[in-house]
Amino acid sequence: MTLAALDGVLAVVAAWFAIGLAGILALRNFRVVARVLFPLSAALSIALAAVALTALPGAPQTTVLAIGLPDLPFHLRLDALSSFFLVLLGIASAGISIYAGGYFREGEGTAPGTMCLQYHVFLAGMALVLIADDAYAFMVSWEMMALASFFLVTTNHRIPEIQRAGYLYLLIAHIGAIAILLCFGVLQANTGDYTFDNMRAQQLSPFWASCAFLLALFGFGAKAGILPLHIWLPEAHPAAPSPVSALMSGVMLKTAIYGLTRVTFDLLGTPLWWWGVVALGLGLATALFGAIFAAAQVDMKRLLAYSSIENIGLIVIAFGLAIVYTAYQMRSLAALAMTAMLYHCLNHAVFKSLLFLGTGSVLHATRERNLGKLGGLMRFMPWVAWTTLVGVIACAGLPPTNGFASEWLLLQSFLFTGGLPNPYLKMLVPVFAAGVVLVAALGGYVMVKFFGVIFLGRPREERLAEARDAGTLERLGLAWLTSGCVLLGLFPVAVIELIDPIPFALVGRGLAQSGHLGDWLLLAPVSAERASYSPLWVTLATLVIVLFTVILVRRFYHGRVRRAPPWGCGYPVQTARMQDTAEGFGQPIRQIFEPFYRMRRELPSSFDTAPRYRVTVEDPLWGWVYLRIAAAIEAISRFVGLLQRGRIAIYLLYSFITLVTLLFLTQL
Amino acid sequence: MNLEGVIAQLAAMLLALVGAPLLVGWVNQCRAWLQNRRAPPLTQPFRLLHKLFWKESVVAHEATAIYRITPYVVFACMLLASMIIPTLSTNLPFAPVADAIALVGIFALARVFISLAAMDIGTAFGSMGARREMLVGFLAEPAFLMVLFTASLISNSTSLVTIVSNIAHRDLAILPSLAFAGVAFTMVSLAENARVPVDNPATHLELTMIHEAMVLEYSGRHLALIEWAAALKLFAYSCAGLALFFPWGVAEANDHVALLWALPALVVKLALGGFLLALVETLLAKMRIFRVPEYLATAFLLGVLALLVHLLLGA
Amino acid sequence: MNPLTTQFVNLFASVLLLLAFAMLAQRRIVALINLFALQGLALAGSTATVAFATGQHHLYYSAAITFALKVVVLPYVLHRLIRQLNVKWDIETLINIPTMMLVGILLVVFSFNLAIPISQFSQSIARGTLGIALACVLMSFLMMITRSKAVPQVIGFLSMENGLFFAATSATYGMPMVVELGIALDVLVGMVILGVFLFQIRERFDSLDIHHLEKLRED
Repeated sequence: MTLAALDGVLAVVAAWFAIGLAGILALRNFRVVARVLFPLSAALSIALAAVALTALPGAPQTTVLAIGLPDLPFHLRLDALSSFFLVLLGIASAGISIYAGGYFREGEGTAPGTMCLQYHVFLAGMALVLIADDAYAFMVSWEMMALASFFLVTTNHRIPEIQRAGYLYLLIAHIGAIAILLCFGVLQANTGDYTFDNMRAQQLSPFWASCAFLLALFGFGAKAGILPLHIWLPEAHPAAPSPVSALMSGVMLKTAIYGLTRVTFDLLGTPLWWWGVVALGLGLATALFGAIFAAAQVDMKRLLAYSSIENIGLIVIAFGLAIVYTAYQMRSLAALAMTAMLYHCLNHAVFKSLLFLGTGSVLHATRERNLGKLGGLMRFMPWVAWTTLVGVIACAGLPPTNGFASEWLLLQSFLFTGGLPNPYLKMLVPVFAAGVVLVAALGGYVMVKFFGVIFLGRPREERLAEARDAGTLERLGLAWLTSGCVLLGLFPVAVIELIDPIPFALVGRGLAQSGHLGDWLLLAPVSAERASYSPLWVTLATLVIVLFTVILVRRFYHGRVRRAPPWGCGYPVQTARMQDTAEGFGQPIRQIFEPFYRMRRELPSSFDTAPRYRVTVEDPLWGWVYLRIAAAIEAISRFVGLLQRGRIAIYLLYSFITLVTLLFLTQL
Repeated sequence: MNLEGVIAQLAAMLLALVGAPLLVGWVNQCRAWLQNRRAPPLTQPFRLLHKLFWKESVVAHEATAIYRITPYVVFACMLLASMIIPTLSTNLPFAPVADAIALVGIFALARVFISLAAMDIGTAFGSMGARREMLVGFLAEPAFLMVLFTASLISNSTSLVTIVSNIAHRDLAILPSLAFAGVAFTMVSLAENARVPVDNPATHLELTMIHEAMVLEYSGRHLALIEWAAALKLFAYSCAGLALFFPWGVAEANDHVALLWALPALVVKLALGGFLLALVETLLAKMRIFRVPEYLATAFLLGVLALLVHLLLGA
Repeated sequence: MNPLTTQFVNLFASVLLLLAFAMLAQRRIVALINLFALQGLALAGSTATVAFATGQHHLYYSAAITFALKVVVLPYVLHRLIRQLNVKWDIETLINIPTMMLVGILLVVFSFNLAIPISQFSQSIARGTLGIALACVLMSFLMMITRSKAVPQVIGFLSMENGLFFAATSATYGMPMVVELGIALDVLVGMVILGVFLFQIRERFDSLDIHHLEKLRED
């Protein structure tokens, strides 16, 4: 029974493939696919999470699968880091799969059976990425994941915008994959052995190590959405069906973080300090960018996509901090930063999946993604609204939910940095802390906008009153993720104890091992005098005070309520259209950060008979970076065009000259 | 948690509940004097609360449950905050539950709820107030946190009780970083408590309102709770400021003699602080709303500067 | 050297830095002059403290000169100047204020790191103050760059001299008396020249906006 956990994981992966094939067999049978296969897959996800949970504290397990090319088998390994991300995958995908069972409708884009296959190949690909132990297995699973998610994004492939979004996603995913491949090439250090074990054993010179790190940062950054490679995220997320967006944003982005952590802390050995500074800078830029742009969005799924960019930025900041501390041998702080990073990965997977699923239900009920045409849905869709509210509070990083717990840890790891030997770094780290706080506060602004405009107020369109609440399977999925948000927030010590083997393995110290994590009620990562936080007590105290206040007010006074129309401040006409729209709510942020946006305004003139106001916000990086690259490539290709002569003999001549030159070069 | 601790904790809570409306009454009195008006009695806020609690609550047709639970949640958050901040003594058994960062989180939770409630009714003024409140909040929160970080770095702890006892009981030392932090804190607390120059608690013009625009729709017991919560917030901020910058007179745990002095010391400090607040409100004019981000950004950067000065000068 | 005087010098140093930031963020000319006077006061205070701590009597004199010149005479002259030129209105800065303060913070970090190796040689009271003095100089420079009116630029110039003077007293216990008197006289004369210059600009262009000087380039 030595390989039990890894076998369990493989069994789940195999079962996922089987479900996908079953979907193909039941191609036209929508009910089987939706009501049987997807719930079954959710059960498998829970099993995966449970199996991985048992493997977390244990020793690494390895196995070799003789699949693929002859003499090039799959090496697989399940250690603490892989297990943790498998738990993340299991928890998030359980909720998403069961929701997907209720979500997909007949006759929308791809046939449900095909969709079922793509979905499960995607899941299996992510699981395999997490347990791969050689570059070959890793790249195969990585591409499997990328391709499956590409097909899922382009489910409604008849719409040109979605085609374009899918193409952009595929393009950037492949540029990233090339960088990852090159990174592995550097890591194996001319030994020709592409197993991770060999890479761990290699001692690279600082130059080559830095090359490998930068390649990994680029490659995995393209997948995670680090600036300036974030460009596909706000396009692909709105295009994909909501469960797919949830899976991509919640889980797939985390596989990139997994890869980054694996390469930097595991394969490369001891990192250099300036890698951390690069990661910190990129992370802060990404986080600020995401937050500022999320505030200006009017499409609810784009808003969430930018919010994902923001959260990835925060995760990368924690990652950079962990590198800096590890490089300077400050192991307790490194463990703190790494714990904050992993904890936030898990939290983001749960709350962002929840929010995407919530938008999915709204989309189905109203067929509307534009925030300016929604409003007042809380009365018609109470189930979706209340679960989304929990997600919103978590995403805004407010106590007592899980989002706050990990941001609290992150801020704690920023303090007490007096021991850093580099004076510039010592002073810049608090500045980064200030940036993180600003991002977190902006996140709150964005989330109030998101929830307030969709669910609160009066419906901006009359037909919204016909919106129906989510079905049973959808409710189950939402409830699962909501309870995740609450429980992960209320019991941070339990979560940190689970995470603990990872920093212990990667940076040499854990939080629990150092003996003062606090009891299960009170989170105190360094010592109780220094910092402590107990979400359970905060929640209990709030509830008790609320209860007492309600009872006392009713006891001494009364509990009468009268319903009346709202007070219009004496203005005769007030319609639902006069509430703040998404543009209106984001306007102060747009004004403050105006230099960052590329805005186009259409203002009505005084003589317009049908006045119209429109403002569109565009990503300036698209123009600054991508269009320039495209222009450069076009210029080069025009030059290359000169070589085209259209005669076979000339092309053969080119080949001949190349061959002769190469032969000549070998002689040197 | 011994009996004495429980009593101290309850005493701190009661002090906040009673002291907060009194503080508001005192500020109103001072302002009236400074502006050559006849002052209302000190207990006027209590009478107002009593009156409001008796009135019936009128709720808009469209309002959902969020609108009705918000006053309670906001009130609970503010009361919770004043249970964590040391006022009379540092013997607060409940304090480890939330440190300085969590305190900011609790304030933010209250802010988010009250903004959501303002958007819930679906009037133009409600959502305008919510938008402006979030605008103030997203800059004020980081600034406040920077101030708390400076204090945390000085005393090597984010726990408020440890910070206070550390700053209060060290050898006399002049800490320049606290000067920066103090300026930033003053600016932030004016903004957070909806005071001039950011907001005017006595305004009657809907278009210039921030906080008042959000609670425009509330009435009866809901309004009473919101008013009380606002008073508690002012009290909590004042006490936090006093605890960070003038912590003298706060009693240590198990120091019963000092406890006798703590109450008069607190009353004198709060009275002075309240007078200064009234003075500021009389002397300054309210800013345009688009000067507010600049004002708060200045506070934020001063907070960052306080952190830097601490790291640079080691003080 | 007792620690209390060190702390006092540190306190004055950070007040100077705070005032430098306040000047950077201030739009109004009148308030700017008052801030400049306050800076002079802090400078005089710190010089007196150093004098007390080291027992060097000539520093008392220089504190007195600083007080007379920078708290009384120059602000008075400047107030008169803006009354006569009638330029009391608000001035818009060229770059928005939060950005400028952000640059200011970067300057502080930069100058502190620059001062670290120098202050390690220094035996004087407060080592960190050299960095602050340098930061004050750089920020006054920044203020001069980002203002489009002549009077704030003059104030920037004067406050730059404050920073230099502070560096001299805190890091090296002051310069010889003769040098200090010379500088004081220099500032005064410079002020007079600038005053005359301002009147000239106004007569020529009927405004104190520096943009008009752009016409003077050769092309």
